[in-house]
Amino acid sequence: MTDPILKGPILKVQGLNKHFGGVVATDNLDFDVEPGEIHAVIGPNGAGKTTFVAQIAGMIKSDSGSIMFDGGEIAGLSAHARSRRGLARSFQITSIFKEFTVIENVAMSIQAHDGHSFRFWRRANTDPALMDPARALLDRVGLGARAEIVASNLAHGEQRQLEIAMALATGPKLLLLDEPTAGMGPEDSQSMAAFLRDIKGEYSMLLIEHDMDTVFALADRITVLVYGRAIATGTPEEIRGNDEVRAAYLGEEA
Amino acid sequence: MSLLLLLEQTLNGIQFGVFLFMISAGLTLVLGIMNVVNLAHGSFYMLGAYYAATIMAWTGSFILALVIMLPAMLITGIVVEVLVLRTMYERDHMDQVLATFGLILFFNEAVRMIWGAESMPMDIPAFLSGHVDFIPDAPYPIFRIAIIIAGLLVAALLYVMITRSRTGMLIRAGASNRPMVGALGVNIRMLYMVVFGMGAVLAGFSGLMAGPILSVEPGMGEDMLILAFVVIVIGGIGSIRGAVVASIIVGIFETVGRSILPALLTQLMSSDAAQSMGPAMSSMLIYIFMAAVLFFRPEGLFPARTG
Amino acid sequence: MMSRAKILCLLIGFLVLVAIPPATTALDADFYMGLAARMMIFAIAAVSLDLLLGYGGMVSFGHAAYLGTGSYAVAILAFYGITDGFLQFAVAVGASALVALIIGFICLRTKGVYFIMITLALTQMLYFLGISLEEYGGDDGINTDRSEFFEWFDLGDDTNLYYLILFFLVLSLWISWRLINSRFGMVIRGSQSNDDRMQAIGFPTFRYKLTMFVIAGVICGVAGFLLANLTEFVTPEYMHWFRSGEIMIMVLVGGMGTLFGPVFGAIAYLLFEEVISDFTEHWMIIFGPILVLLVLFARKGVWGMLPGRERGDD
Repeated sequence: MTDPILKGPILKVQGLNKHFGGVVATDNLDFDVEPGEIHAVIGPNGAGKTTFVAQIAGMIKSDSGSIMFDGGEIAGLSAHARSRRGLARSFQITSIFKEFTVIENVAMSIQAHDGHSFRFWRRANTDPALMDPARALLDRVGLGARAEIVASNLAHGEQRQLEIAMALATGPKLLLLDEPTAGMGPEDSQSMAAFLRDIKGEYSMLLIEHDMDTVFALADRITVLVYGRAIATGTPEEIRGNDEVRAAYLGEEA
Repeated sequence: MSLLLLLEQTLNGIQFGVFLFMISAGLTLVLGIMNVVNLAHGSFYMLGAYYAATIMAWTGSFILALVIMLPAMLITGIVVEVLVLRTMYERDHMDQVLATFGLILFFNEAVRMIWGAESMPMDIPAFLSGHVDFIPDAPYPIFRIAIIIAGLLVAALLYVMITRSRTGMLIRAGASNRPMVGALGVNIRMLYMVVFGMGAVLAGFSGLMAGPILSVEPGMGEDMLILAFVVIVIGGIGSIRGAVVASIIVGIFETVGRSILPALLTQLMSSDAAQSMGPAMSSMLIYIFMAAVLFFRPEGLFPARTG
Repeated sequence: MMSRAKILCLLIGFLVLVAIPPATTALDADFYMGLAARMMIFAIAAVSLDLLLGYGGMVSFGHAAYLGTGSYAVAILAFYGITDGFLQFAVAVGASALVALIIGFICLRTKGVYFIMITLALTQMLYFLGISLEEYGGDDGINTDRSEFFEWFDLGDDTNLYYLILFFLVLSLWISWRLINSRFGMVIRGSQSNDDRMQAIGFPTFRYKLTMFVIAGVICGVAGFLLANLTEFVTPEYMHWFRSGEIMIMVLVGGMGTLFGPVFGAIAYLLFEEVISDFTEHWMIIFGPILVLLVLFARKGVWGMLPGRERGDD
C-alpha cells in the first residue's frame, strides 16, 4: 500500500472541519505525523482533542477535509476499514470487553487482523494462532500474570494497559493514543510513560495527553489546539518558548 | 373508484390517524424522555374505552364518561408508573419489554374477568349522532368529524403546551438531551410521572373516541400499539411534530390503501389474482413504507435527538 | 467448566426426554408425549432466540416470524400436494433465511429501541399477511399432513416424530455451542459487549451480526417445520407477537446468555401454563405480575441460579 515514491508523513491531515450544530469542534486543521515520531496534541478542555482523534479513527464523520494515511485517502472509510489499513486507537474512557478475560480481549484484536471471522466451528480461545501472540503481547505490556482474569476485575491502571495492548495487537502503523494516563495515579502514569518511551520509534504515535511532564518528555513535536484550531506546532522547546501558547494555555496552568 | 369515495376514505384515514396520534404522542414522549419502552401503552387505550363505556352504560351520559374517565386514566397511569415503570428506568430495554409485556397480560385478563370476553357496546352520543352533507350526496357522520376536530384540538394544545410552558420546555429538553435536564436540578421523578400520566390520559381519550366506532374488547390496544410503534419509527422518537405527520400518513395509508389498492390491482391484472393480492399487499403497505423511511432516514422524519 | 449440579441436571433431563415415549405408551398417556414434544420445539426456538438476545445483544421482538415461516412452508407445499419432507425442510430453511435476511438488514441499521419496535412491527406485518391470505385459510389457519421422508421412517408415527424433534434439539444445542465459542461467536459476543471497540479494532460487525440473525432465524424456522408436523395445523397465530413475547419469556426464565438455560425456560413456561390453566382459565392474571417480578428479581433465570460460572461454555 505504501507508495515508495511518495515517502513522507505517515499521516497527513489537511483542512479538517467538524461542526456540532453551531459549535466548531475542528476548525480547518492541518496536521501530520512523521514515521517513527511521537506528535503530541495538547490544549485546554473542550479544545476538540477527542473529536480530532475520533475523526481520524473514523468514529465521527468529518464535514470536510482530507486525511491521508500511509499514502492513501481514508476520509471516506469506516472505522473498521481504517483499522485494517493500520490505524489503531486507544480510548480516553477505557473501552475494553469487560466480560472477557484479559487474554481474550487481546486475542480479539489479533483475530480482527487474521483474515475474516466467518469461521464457525473451531474453538477460538484455544486457537494458538490467536492465543500465542496475545500472550506474548501481554508479557510485553506487563500483564502476563493477569491473562486469565476477567477484564472487569482489573485495577484501573491495568485496564489502561490493556487498552494499549489491544491497540498494539492490531499490528498498527500509527497509534492514536487518547490520554493513555487518564485517571491514573502518579506511579501508574510514570510506568505508562516509561512503556511508551520503550516502544517509541517502533510505532508512529499521535499522543493526546493532559500530563505536561509526560508530553514534554516523550514528544518529538507538539501541536497546541484551542477551540479546534492549531495555534502552534513545534518541538517541545519551541512550544515552551511560544508567547501565544503561553498566553492561551500554559499561562493558565502556571 | 369515484373521487367522492376517495375523499370520504381520506377523511376516515385522517380520523384513524387522530386515534393513532393520541396514542403515539404519549408513547413517543415516554420513549424520548425516559428512554423506556412501554408495551402496556396500548392497554391505556383499552382501559380508556372500557372506563368510558362502563360509565356510559350506567349514566347514559357521554360527557360524564369523558369527565370521569380522564382523571381515572391519570390515576391509572400514575399507579402503573409508581409500581412498575419507575423501577425500570435504569434497566435495559429487554427488561422493560418483558415487564410491560407482563402488564399487558395482566390488563387484558383483568378486563376479560371484569367485563367479559365479548365486546362491549358503546353508543355514539345523541348530540353527535347524525350526518352532515358537506360533500354533496355523501352524508358524513358528525361523530367522525368531531373526532377529527378533537384530534386537531389536542394536537394544538400539546403544541402550545410543549413550546410555551415551562414544563413543556423541560419535556422538550428531556426528549433531546436527558442528562441536561437532570443537571438543571429539575425534579425528574415528578416530571416523569407527569409525562407518563399525561400519556395515559391521551391514550385513554383516544380509546373513548374510538369506542363507539371500533369495538371495545379485550386486547383492542395491541394492534393500535404496533401501529403507534410504526408511527414513532416513521416520525422519530420524542418528536410530537413527527407523531402528527406520521399518524396522518399511517392513518391514510391504512384506510385509503385498503380501499384503493385492490381496485388499482384489478385494473392491472385479472380480478381473481387481484382479489387475493389486494388485501395481502395493502396489509403490508405501511410496513414497507416504514422500511423505506428507515432506509433513507434511520432516525425518522423528524429526529428530536441531535448530537 | 460446568458445575456438577448442571451436568447432573443435563444428564437427567436428557434421559427423561429419551424415556418419555416408552413411558407414556406404557402408561397410556399419549398427551404427555405431545406436551414434551411441544416443549422441545419451543426449546429449539428459545435456544435460537438466545443466540440473539444473550450473545449478540440484539433484542429481537419478532422471533415468531420464523416459527410461522417454517410452518407455513410445510403447509403451503402440502396444500399443493408436495409432501416430500426433504423438499419441505429445504424450503422451510430457505424461506426463514430469506425472511431473516430482509428483516435483519432493515433492523440492524438501527439500534436500541428502534430495533425492538421494528422487529415487532415487521413480524406483525407477516401475521397480517397470513391473515389476508384467504387461499391458505386466512385467520382460520390451514390443516396439513405430516412430511414424508423414507419408507422406513414414517413421520406419521408420533414416536418417530418425537425422536426427530429430540434429534433437532440436540443438534441445535450442539451447533449453538460450536458457534458461540468459534471465532465467529467471539465477534458476536464482542459486539454485544462493546460494538464501538469491535469496530475500532477492525471488525465490520454489521455483516457478522446479520449472519447471526439469519442463523438464528433458520434454527427457529426448523422449529416451525417441526411444529407444523406436530400440530398438523398452521395458523397466523404462530406469528403473532404474543408468541414472540412468549419465546422471549422462555429465554428470560431459563437464563439469558446461557446455552442450556432456554431449554429449561421453555419446559418451565409450558409446564406452568399447563398446570395453572387447569386451575383457572384466567391464569394470565397471575402470570402477568409474576413476569414483572421475574424481571425485577430473577434475571439470571433457573439455569443461571444453579452453581457454576456463566461463560460461553455452559
